Amino acid sequence: MKKNDIILIAAFVLIAFLCMAGIRLFGMKTGKTADVTIDGKLFKTLKLSEDTRLEIDGADGGKNILVIKDGKAFMEDADCADKICVHQGAISHTNENIVCLPHKVVVLIRGEQESIDALVQ
Amino acid sequence: MGQKTRRIAICGVFTALAMIFSYIESLIPIPVGIPGFKLGVANIAIIAVIYVVGNSEAVIVNFLRILLTGILFGNLYSFIFSLVGGMLSIMLMIMLRRTKKFSMTGVSVAGGVSHNIGQIIAAVIVMETPAIAYYLPVLIVTGVVTGVVIGIVGQAVTKRIVRSAGNSIIENE
Repeated sequence: MKKNDIILIAAFVLIAFLCMAGIRLFGMKTGKTADVTIDGKLFKTLKLSEDTRLEIDGADGGKNILVIKDGKAFMEDADCADKICVHQGAISHTNENIVCLPHKVVVLIRGEQESIDALVQ
Repeated sequence: MGQKTRRIAICGVFTALAMIFSYIESLIPIPVGIPGFKLGVANIAIIAVIYVVGNSEAVIVNFLRILLTGILFGNLYSFIFSLVGGMLSIMLMIMLRRTKKFSMTGVSVAGGVSHNIGQIIAAVIVMETPAIAYYLPVLIVTGVVTGVVIGIVGQAVTKRIVRSAGNSIIENE
């Protein structure tokens, strides 16, 4: 390994650290609701304050099971091949998300006023 | 066999190799819980092409293996993400190698990290979810680690390819 390699690695690690610091300082707000979208279209909005168990019929006939408990949301089960969505664990902060790519399912945590994208009079 | 035919044949072999690596990698589930986490074993083949064959061949092999792997094993979304990541990765690797200031490990690290960054950027745009960028820090760090490993293995592999084929494998710069 040359010296430049070390510099390169250190630079990347620094960038990663700065991103993380920025996110933690400015981005981590406790969320209020979980928006479930299938293939980009909003399917259901759930309140994190209410314990729920939701069966999601994703793309390609896939099935995901979303659970909300103690203010956190997590994917309890899915019949996709890799189950990455299941292994991700629980999310609860604004903008945290769980994605099941094969089923095109996205669970996105939204904060206070952010769930209103437009107001029609 | 003429030089040109030889080049084409070798590209074919490496493309197939990269696809096999990708496939085997997909069979071994590593439950890290980070979407988009990959060891990037196929990069061993790609790096070998860069160092043993040539830059333009590497770009073609990289594109082909992404295209074919996407058709055979993936879906449209994963193909788009891989393509963006892969193209960014190969361009950066070729650039870095040209400067002659980095070892294969450094080139591999740059390739791995840029592949991840490219995938995230593509995912954010396609899925219209800026929140996916939340995973950037983690994937940069894992990109560095896997990049180092792939770089070390790549050096061992490339050394042996050149040694066993002599310098007759291809007339390279």
